[in-house]
Amino acid sequence: MNASDIPVIDVDVLVIGGGTAGPMAAVTAKEQDPNLKVMLLEKANVKRSGAISMGMDGLNNAIVPGHSTPEQYVKEITIANDGIVHQPALMAYAQRSFPMIEKLDSWGVHFQKDETGDYDMKKVHHLGTYVLPMPEGHNVKKILYRRLRRHRVQIENRYQATRLLKDGDGRIAGMIGVNTRTAEPIIIRAKAVIMATGAAGRIGLPTSGYLFGTYENPSNNGDGHAMAYHVGADLANLECFQINPLLKDYNGPACAYVTGPLGGFTANSQGERFIECDYWSGQMMLEFFKELEGGNGPVFLKLDHLAEETIQEIETVLHTNERPSRGRFHDGRETDYRQHMVEMHISEVGFCSGHSASGVWVDETGATTVPGLYGAGDMASVAHSYMLGAFVYGQICGESAAAFAKERSEMPALDEAFIAAELERIQAPLKVTDGIPPAQMEYKVRRLVNDYLQPPKVTKKMEIGLQRILAVREDLPRLQATDPHELLRAMEVQSIIDCAEMAARASLYRTESRWGLYHYRVDCPEQNDSEWFCHTRLYKDDNGNMAHGKRPVAPYLVELGEEKDAYQKLRVQKAANA
Amino acid sequence: MPTATQRTSVPVIIDEDKCIADKGCTVCIDVCPLDVLWINPDTGKAHMRYDECWYCMPCEADCPTDAVKVEIPYLLR
Repeated sequence: MNASDIPVIDVDVLVIGGGTAGPMAAVTAKEQDPNLKVMLLEKANVKRSGAISMGMDGLNNAIVPGHSTPEQYVKEITIANDGIVHQPALMAYAQRSFPMIEKLDSWGVHFQKDETGDYDMKKVHHLGTYVLPMPEGHNVKKILYRRLRRHRVQIENRYQATRLLKDGDGRIAGMIGVNTRTAEPIIIRAKAVIMATGAAGRIGLPTSGYLFGTYENPSNNGDGHAMAYHVGADLANLECFQINPLLKDYNGPACAYVTGPLGGFTANSQGERFIECDYWSGQMMLEFFKELEGGNGPVFLKLDHLAEETIQEIETVLHTNERPSRGRFHDGRETDYRQHMVEMHISEVGFCSGHSASGVWVDETGATTVPGLYGAGDMASVAHSYMLGAFVYGQICGESAAAFAKERSEMPALDEAFIAAELERIQAPLKVTDGIPPAQMEYKVRRLVNDYLQPPKVTKKMEIGLQRILAVREDLPRLQATDPHELLRAMEVQSIIDCAEMAARASLYRTESRWGLYHYRVDCPEQNDSEWFCHTRLYKDDNGNMAHGKRPVAPYLVELGEEKDAYQKLRVQKAANA
Repeated sequence: MPTATQRTSVPVIIDEDKCIADKGCTVCIDVCPLDVLWINPDTGKAHMRYDECWYCMPCEADCPTDAVKVEIPYLLR
């Protein structure tokens, strides 16, 4: 098939990814100007795609007047992320957090309120109060879908974006992709593009060995990270891995954010609390890891001391929202919160700014380093964003992209040679006979990520891992897809290999330890602010090689003061006479 | 490179007596984030064709006839 045989679809704003940030971005672009042609492209189906396909049980970073201020929030996240944040981007989020809650409330998303009608805020973070439960949060996706229809956003389901396109001036020009059920290619020309492709959650292997038993929705496999890299955008701080405390084997969140305010906590095998704060930070994860591997391990979620009505409330929330098959998992093992602590473990590694801080670099306008390309949600670099951050940056990107598209008078010119080469890359696995199945190649590269890149990180191991990952890359000409579905997986495994290589190289570049377990480098165990108080950049250089650099941390808007080391002191201190 | 076919037990179970995919329903097939549910050409009913499940449950929750049951994948159970 030649590029000239494929009709080019023209839009003003293209949004890639229809999970959380994507629908908000598309609706916002339409709100800016209903005459803009806005397309939302989704690899699955917008009705049930992304991280919140079954809803969400709470906001983990709500800044609600009377409970906290944007300044307090920016300070806390800066401290929790060891100082390496872009405060202007955090502040833009923090200031829009409450208006976004009110907007979602007006759309019909139910948040928990107290008897006076005030939002029922809970304290989970080390310093401030930012958690807002939403026990009826299972319908978020339905509400978003209604908004998309109302604003007449054009939706294209079951299309996988494979590469972004640029014009001769280096500005974004659109994307090329493929239908996941027919293997038909698609070319979309766009004046502005918003990426909302989610985390890179399928680069490590869950300890269960089940390829799709990941913490993240496995459709979030890092396609966006790979596409951003190949189009020349900067990625930031990729060595700051996401590693989360989860229910062992089930690999879903234990949900200390839900259970903590009700009296549950993370305990060791003695049933004792060992961390002061269950908020997910690298420092907390390091203490978790030490307890897991130590003589008092493993680690458990402890609820068995709670009253019957409290446990029923917890079960109602956890077994109907976000990951509702959790109840079924417990039933299968006859685990009852009333009688048993629930065994926990740590997740496979990944890139996810929703809980950690790595991703495609964006500033406070959602802009990447490629003009006209924006990023929102788990794939973009704004630290600790969670669901509300995805909504807010979806909105910010929707505004920015609409403005960029309106200023651009002509549709961009397309690079025919690049498109032809990409069509060939897409179709190649279908032409291979007697080749390697995608699942086998995927298992291999993800197992290498576990063996060599999972913290504690060791330089020599990471060097070996990088070489082994590159060896898998050399097998790509033998990658075979026997049907369109296998082609989807074959394209995904190429993104996974890209992300695995980026994870290795980024981790080797930062020769210090930072972010607790996330970048705990055994042979460089100290945090070294004189050399590494900076963001790290990873990008494709002019020769097509993976290159690194440093980006200075922008001057703080909020100083940290005497609380600056608060997240370094998370382990429960034993009394001297204990 | 020669290949083998390997059997695997799948976590999504369809009650074929209840499933109305043969009458044109594609709800579970539409909502699956991993696109693992397809029409079985032999029966006209939905079935799990690829063992790539996140046990996330939209297929079960959205099925209009309660024909879908999501089990925890065997390796995790």
